[in-house]
Amino acid sequence: MPLPLFSPADDPGPDFASVLRRSGIPLVPSDPERVLTVRHATTVVALRFADGVVMAGDRRATEGNAIAHRAMDKVFAADRWSAVAIAGAAGPAVEMVRLFQVQLEHYEKVEGVSLSLEGKANQLAQMVRQHLPMAMQGLGVVPLFAGYDLRRATGRIFTYDLTGGHYEETDFQATGSGGRDARTTVKLGYREGMTRAEAVELAIESLWEAADEDSGTGGPDLVRGIYPLVAVVDPEGYRQADESEVAARFATLIERKRRERAGSTPGGGEAQ
Amino acid sequence: MPFYVAPEQVMKDRAEYAQKGIARGRSLVATTYDGGVLIVAENPSRSLHKISEIYDRIAFGGVGKYNEYDQLRVAGVRHADTKGFAFSREDVDARSLANLYAQYLGTVFTHELKPMEVEILVAELSDDGGPDQLYHIAYEGTITDEEHFAVLGGDAETIAARVAEAWQDGWDLGTALRAAVAALGGPDRSLDPSDLEVAALSRNNGRRTFHRIVEEELVELLAPPAATRARGSTTKRAARSEPSSPPSDPGTTAD
Repeated sequence: MPLPLFSPADDPGPDFASVLRRSGIPLVPSDPERVLTVRHATTVVALRFADGVVMAGDRRATEGNAIAHRAMDKVFAADRWSAVAIAGAAGPAVEMVRLFQVQLEHYEKVEGVSLSLEGKANQLAQMVRQHLPMAMQGLGVVPLFAGYDLRRATGRIFTYDLTGGHYEETDFQATGSGGRDARTTVKLGYREGMTRAEAVELAIESLWEAADEDSGTGGPDLVRGIYPLVAVVDPEGYRQADESEVAARFATLIERKRRERAGSTPGGGEAQ
Repeated sequence: MPFYVAPEQVMKDRAEYAQKGIARGRSLVATTYDGGVLIVAENPSRSLHKISEIYDRIAFGGVGKYNEYDQLRVAGVRHADTKGFAFSREDVDARSLANLYAQYLGTVFTHELKPMEVEILVAELSDDGGPDQLYHIAYEGTITDEEHFAVLGGDAETIAARVAEAWQDGWDLGTALRAAVAALGGPDRSLDPSDLEVAALSRNNGRRTFHRIVEEELVELLAPPAATRARGSTTKRAARSEPSSPPSDPGTTAD
């Protein structure tokens, strides 16, 4: 691999994707011959709380009716102050996240400063837009981006559509095949200025409801000990919630659901 | 103007030219310490860096002409990120990058009209308990794998002698930093935090080990346990002579 030196007129600047193209390393293929069976279906959710944002996603990947993978990560640290979650075709989505992560770090190292949160959201929009030909073939990627804006000292959430359009959400958003159910759950439980614990709990409940209604969304796997990923971005940066915390919250939630059910149907006490 | 110039003379002239350019700038010291690698440079600018992050465990240091070593720094970041993206983050190593720099500098020295007036350092923090790597690459492409510490810049020999005298195996960050600063300043000058650019590759800093030591942290580390630095700083302003670039050479950014 040669030393990538460019003349000033030809310099790609801090754009990593452009460096890759010049180095001859293929990015996500842009013209597939035919539509393949790909891994799809997901629920990822993001919501704001008093000190930042919470982002959570289930772990199931499906290929048609079959479960392809049970422990897939769909929530990633984009950099220290932001998180990105993916829904859609798994292969291109994970590759897009990888490129996005390197792009943010690359910019920071080349330029000596980090991109603004808005700048990061725009970067991701460009990547989604470049992916449009693939999306037209059925390999769409729909990310959800959230982070802590250091300049405004608040959490912010951005949603995307297949064409690279991106929109800032005020409080919460969910996407993926179970996104509608998750969004409704968050909508009903959302309050301005929630604590971290309340926000994590609401995110977990929304994933539970999504998994309850959507076959493409995985719930907590108590047998294998696989739980949805929950990440928090606040002034201290991106952190993933401990699996033990997530497990404990699911246990509490399941216990509550069981009690509610026992209370509403006399004599019944079975788990759903 | 003579029609024939002996190759020996050409090389000698170029080397002299490059050495002069490098000697105009101020020096840089890198040393290993118990928690990683420390790099200290004399640099009054807060934004035009001599020390930078290349990758998770790799740092870059450059002395001489800013625009020339910065071009090499950016190429290094691009090389490392591309390699890490194409293969794996673990596959990015300082040795191959140092070799590329050496080859490039060597080629420029022999083939271009003007050699690059830079000396660069590529430092790598080991991840398997082996020794940390310090590669020192000179303007003509000579690459040296330094043990324990490296000094770059015009006055390297004198400063290296001072560092060697103070050097201790496994010293802590504060001790190493104070020794490096004393070596850079010499017996007649004492350097303020505002004259220094300090960074470390620190083992307990997570994936990205590069960490700039600035402001309070720097002041705290510089404050000796037993007060030994009390000299005033009136003489050092006069001693400052960072690169006014050679007049024959337009397009240089001042450092």
